[in-house]
Amino acid sequence: METVANPMAHAHAWPVIALDHVSKIYGQGEAEVKALDDVSLTIDHGDFVAIIGASGSGKSTMMNIIGALDAPTLGTFHLDGIDTNSMDEYQLAQIRNRKIGFVFQNFNLIPRTRAVENVAMPLAYAGVHRADRRERALAVLESVGLGSRARHLPSQLSGGQQQRVAIARALVTHPVLLLADEPTGALDSKASHEILDLFDTLHAQGRTVVMITHEASVAERASRLVHMRDGHIIADERLRELPTTQLEVSL
Amino acid sequence: MNIAESFRFALTGVLANKMRSILTTLGILIGIAAVIILLAVGAGTSNAIKAQIAKLGTNVLTVSRQTTAGGRGPTGAVAGTRSRSTNLTTADMAALTDPVLAPDVDAVAPVVSAANVTSTYQDASHAVGTFVGTTPQYFSIANDTLAAGSLFTDADVTASNPTVVIGDTVAQALVGSRTSAAVGQTIALNGQNFVVSGVLTAKGSSGFNDPDDIVVIPLSVAQDKFTGYSPSLASISVQARSSDVMNQAQNEIQSILDARHSVTSANRDYVIRNQAQVLTTATSTTTTLTVLLGAVAAISLLVGGIGVMNIMLVTVTERTREIGIRKAIGASRSSIVGQFLIESLIISVIGGILGIAVGFIGSAFPILGTQPQVQWWTVWVSFLVSGAIGLIFGIYPANKAAKLRPIDALRYE
Ligand SMILES: Nc1ncnc2c1ncn2[C@@H]1O[C@H](COP(=O)(O)OP(=O)(O)OP(=O)(O)O)[C@@H](O)[C@H]1O
Ligand SMILES: [Mg+2]
Repeated sequence: METVANPMAHAHAWPVIALDHVSKIYGQGEAEVKALDDVSLTIDHGDFVAIIGASGSGKSTMMNIIGALDAPTLGTFHLDGIDTNSMDEYQLAQIRNRKIGFVFQNFNLIPRTRAVENVAMPLAYAGVHRADRRERALAVLESVGLGSRARHLPSQLSGGQQQRVAIARALVTHPVLLLADEPTGALDSKASHEILDLFDTLHAQGRTVVMITHEASVAERASRLVHMRDGHIIADERLRELPTTQLEVSL
Repeated sequence: MNIAESFRFALTGVLANKMRSILTTLGILIGIAAVIILLAVGAGTSNAIKAQIAKLGTNVLTVSRQTTAGGRGPTGAVAGTRSRSTNLTTADMAALTDPVLAPDVDAVAPVVSAANVTSTYQDASHAVGTFVGTTPQYFSIANDTLAAGSLFTDADVTASNPTVVIGDTVAQALVGSRTSAAVGQTIALNGQNFVVSGVLTAKGSSGFNDPDDIVVIPLSVAQDKFTGYSPSLASISVQARSSDVMNQAQNEIQSILDARHSVTSANRDYVIRNQAQVLTTATSTTTTLTVLLGAVAAISLLVGGIGVMNIMLVTVTERTREIGIRKAIGASRSSIVGQFLIESLIISVIGGILGIAVGFIGSAFPILGTQPQVQWWTVWVSFLVSGAIGLIFGIYPANKAAKLRPIDALRYE
């Protein structure tokens, strides 16, 4: 890990995500798998990070911990300076709802529930009024190019369309931290370009974006590249400096 | 996340599996309906018996001869000490009216009876169930009222006039459904002519014996023509001053008769039947019945509740991934618990309400000859119980769902 450059060069930045010697171990004895092995990673506010690595290298495992969906076996995870171990169930739910937008690798839409209702659901848990919810959900669906599919059920959508519904659901609460696990995996290059433009816009607004990808062309759009292998971070390079004039959006 | 929101999600869940929800609801429906109907049957039976007994007079004591060998010692060595007849006599009866020794006795009437009495009128003939020779006091003690005509009087008794007062069943058998037509007619009892002076109001059958299958004639006439003249009586009907002093009246009668017959409680040659005791016995019997019926109903309700829990567990397991997604996008534990609790509440409360409706409908018809009477408390209790079932049997599955870590729920296969 001696090749790891110092990513925390930016003057105004503060760490939003801080993994400190985090390990995630599945199974026991013979079947033990170290999906993450003593990983330390800090991501500053306003950064746009791409995580790459071979299949099974632990990318999703790390993303789930960052998204407060899973807890590390060893080590600590500070989210915006607060140790997630010290947060209770309710606080974590609030953070997942208000601060984090999570795009799953396998979409995870609720079956038998229309696209627009899937997208609006985080707003329901945020206590947004019903009519507002619908309006905002439709607007976000429009922005991912699915305005005409709002009333379709997930089973009536193509893989790429389902992925865009999942992205819309992650964006609908205007989260300050967007975590996307292969958000363009099921998309053609044109659709994937549009989604990445959307991510760029969000980044330009000062939001922090972390995205897992397999494609070099997608990874190049990020400001920082984290490379994983076998549960370790083997490379961490800055592709471009963060803009100094950031819109302040605090976590 | 407010209640209305949880409710909407819950309703979607209930409607997502209509058949299953309906069948689960049916379990609660049957349980609640069973509780209401069976308790209504219990109450109906109990009230019918009480009403029947009340019609027969609640403050009546009947003193009758001990017809069995009771009271004699096991060796058979008995009655050497008994100086007098073991019969009940008109003198015994007169002694019971002593205002000093029996202050709680209000009225007495002698009863002589005969078996196998047949009444005939023109072509009609009817075997009489109960044949009574007595005095006019008997009617007020027995709570008898007239449907038509008049009662016989003390003068009829003194003059041994062959008059008769007949019960509703006898009148129907002899003159048909217009029973008042019998008044003034001459009927024959075992071939002896009697003029019908009155017809009694029907009391209704209690199922065991028919109190309306009765003819009542003056004591003197009965002794003349049926039992032969002797001072011996079949029984003495005694009316206590009120139903509250039944026990005192009974004690007074016992002390008077024990002295007159020279017996003690160990070898009494008479028995006293107390309508209040009959009522108490009947009431405790029907209480037992009601408790049994209630227990059966409660079990079916419990089974229904377990059905709800079972279905909620299945639902939760089936929807574990959905729960994971909801938690990942910010559902708190309490909103998940709320959603599933409300789901089980919807199922059980709808079942409860329908069960109450079915209970009322089912109780509208006579069951086994009694008209069930719905007890309002069972309605409220059923409603609360169905709600409680939803809560109690829903809480475990709901909690099971809510306490999963989002990622574990999402990975659930
Ligand atoms: N619940 C689990 N139980 C046991 N092992 C697991 C579990 N989840 C992940 N693993 C293992 O952890 C390792 C890392 O998995 P992870 O999903 O993080 O890989 P990934 O980098 O996201 O791969 P991909 O690019 O294919 O999505 C894999 O070897 C996987 O088998
Ligand atoms: Mg993955």
